[in-house]
Amino acid sequence: MSIVFWKELADHFSSRRFMILLALIVLIGLWATYASGQAIRQDTENTPTQYVFLFLLTSGTGTVFSLATFLGFFGPLVGITLGFDSISGEYARGTLSRVLSQPIYRDSLINGKFFAGLATVAILWGSILLLVIGLGITLLGFPPNAEELWRMLIFTAVGVFYVGFWLALAMLFSLLFQKTVTAALASMAVWLFMTLFVVIISQGIAGIIVPDPSTPEQLARRADVENIVSRISPSTLFSESVSILLNPAARVFGLALQSQAEGILPTPLELGQSLNLIWPHITTLFGLVAVCFGISYIIFMRAEIRA
Amino acid sequence: MSAVVETQNLTKRYHDKLAVNALNLTVQEGEIFGFLGPNGAGKTTTILMLLGLTEATSGRASVCGFDPTRESLEVKRRVGYLPENPGFYEDISATENLLYMARLNRIPDDEARRRTSEVLDQVGLSEDGRRLVREFSRGMKQRLGIAEVLVKKPRAVILDEPTLGIDPDGAIRILELIKGLNRERNLTVMLSSHQLQQVQEICNRVGIIVKGRLIVQGQMDELGRAILKERQWNFLLEVGGGANGLENDLRAIPGVDEIEKRRHGLFLRCTRDVRPEVLSLLARKNIPLLQLRSEDPTLEEIYLKYFREA
Repeated sequence: MSIVFWKELADHFSSRRFMILLALIVLIGLWATYASGQAIRQDTENTPTQYVFLFLLTSGTGTVFSLATFLGFFGPLVGITLGFDSISGEYARGTLSRVLSQPIYRDSLINGKFFAGLATVAILWGSILLLVIGLGITLLGFPPNAEELWRMLIFTAVGVFYVGFWLALAMLFSLLFQKTVTAALASMAVWLFMTLFVVIISQGIAGIIVPDPSTPEQLARRADVENIVSRISPSTLFSESVSILLNPAARVFGLALQSQAEGILPTPLELGQSLNLIWPHITTLFGLVAVCFGISYIIFMRAEIRA
Repeated sequence: MSAVVETQNLTKRYHDKLAVNALNLTVQEGEIFGFLGPNGAGKTTTILMLLGLTEATSGRASVCGFDPTRESLEVKRRVGYLPENPGFYEDISATENLLYMARLNRIPDDEARRRTSEVLDQVGLSEDGRRLVREFSRGMKQRLGIAEVLVKKPRAVILDEPTLGIDPDGAIRILELIKGLNRERNLTVMLSSHQLQQVQEICNRVGIIVKGRLIVQGQMDELGRAILKERQWNFLLEVGGGANGLENDLRAIPGVDEIEKRRHGLFLRCTRDVRPEVLSLLARKNIPLLQLRSEDPTLEEIYLKYFREA
């Protein structure tokens, strides 16, 4: 497996596609951080006194998305770009049957490709975060504390799972459709569905279950239903986990009733407590990746390899 | 001599179509076996089954003594396979392509480098090792494919349509290369083709497959006799002057089966030796004889015959 892994990793890093992605993400990432850093400097009053570094990642200025939102949006694109031609491309080039007629197990190929993709994502995500931290230190004048670093590290891990889901999905499509273009389009379609349409659908379903919310209880219930439905989308899972992870003060998803919020101290949560909140999200994300990859694995192991 | 490839009632069914039907095939150690058949006859499917790239519906195969479905790694360690239209990673050089394959075969790096330059030399690409495969012509890619198959020092190689889409000169070079490898390394070669005339010279034995069934297998000279038992006597008759009505007279001779007009004279397919009758007929009619030649059926004719009947 390691032979395929290193080959694929080298391919990713030398491909033009990766260069374009890298340039795009680094540029926008730096720009987003710079903008929110400037905003923090100019408007210190609205800035929380603790966890300024995390605030740097999550606060967007009027015109620019925050880095976290931005990564949540572009992450799928990275995954799809790295995965959509992984198998179909080998088919198209006619290399698949040659590689598989070498004495390697079939799963070495698909495992090697998948983990090389994941490694690429991890390196990409990690380097952007390091860049942002560097820029943040210059802008803010002090380094992040240990808890902030831990939270960023976990944020990276969640991000890698999240992009890993899209990578696995794109690989699955590249296996199902032997045409590269079809695989890319299908992955894009799922991405658009998960990011845009799930919101609309969840609103619709919530509207059916709780038709006319008049009391605060009903309003909260409606928001709950909306949340639950939209959690079929990995994008929602990711953005919810990030909102808890990078904002220690957050302790609920969606709306909280006045009565529920009563007596809560507005102090930041400990890392462990934040993690407890998003544990289901992380598990689900991981599960989605495993299921997607598992399906590809089974199909690939049984497939006929015709040149 | 032992069998490198042996199949027993090997069958592959796609939905309701039988792609390969109860195939019994043997390839002996050290020979060049031509696996011939028209397009879509099941050649590639058979090869894929031999390499464990697809599963047989029923029947058994053994390659170098291993079962390709269950012990595919053992088979792939010993057998090199060159698919039809072999593809390469186009953005890296020919040498790097070969090195990757060598690595997949767990050949240590310095050994791999040595072998790579050796096989590139053997196929006549030693000058082009550093070039990107993207710049290669089709014939060069085919030769690179053969080089890659040789990197692992195989006991046998299976080549799927090695001359497909290559100009006649290039095809001859490739076939000579294959023949040379067979001689020098005692490499067992199984090659599939639909172009009989191209490969018949280098094959020791051939098998002809049509619609998934192996019609015949054997040595080239045996093959003709075996197949054309009932129509062994073929003659080419060329006469001078006008030969009006000669055809009808010839047809009247018992034993003459078919008469075909050729550019120089008539081609007679007979069930027995009709030469005495023909000669006396010509003498009677006073027609000058230019030539009367016995023509053994070529494999080409056998092959075409089966293609038509299929």
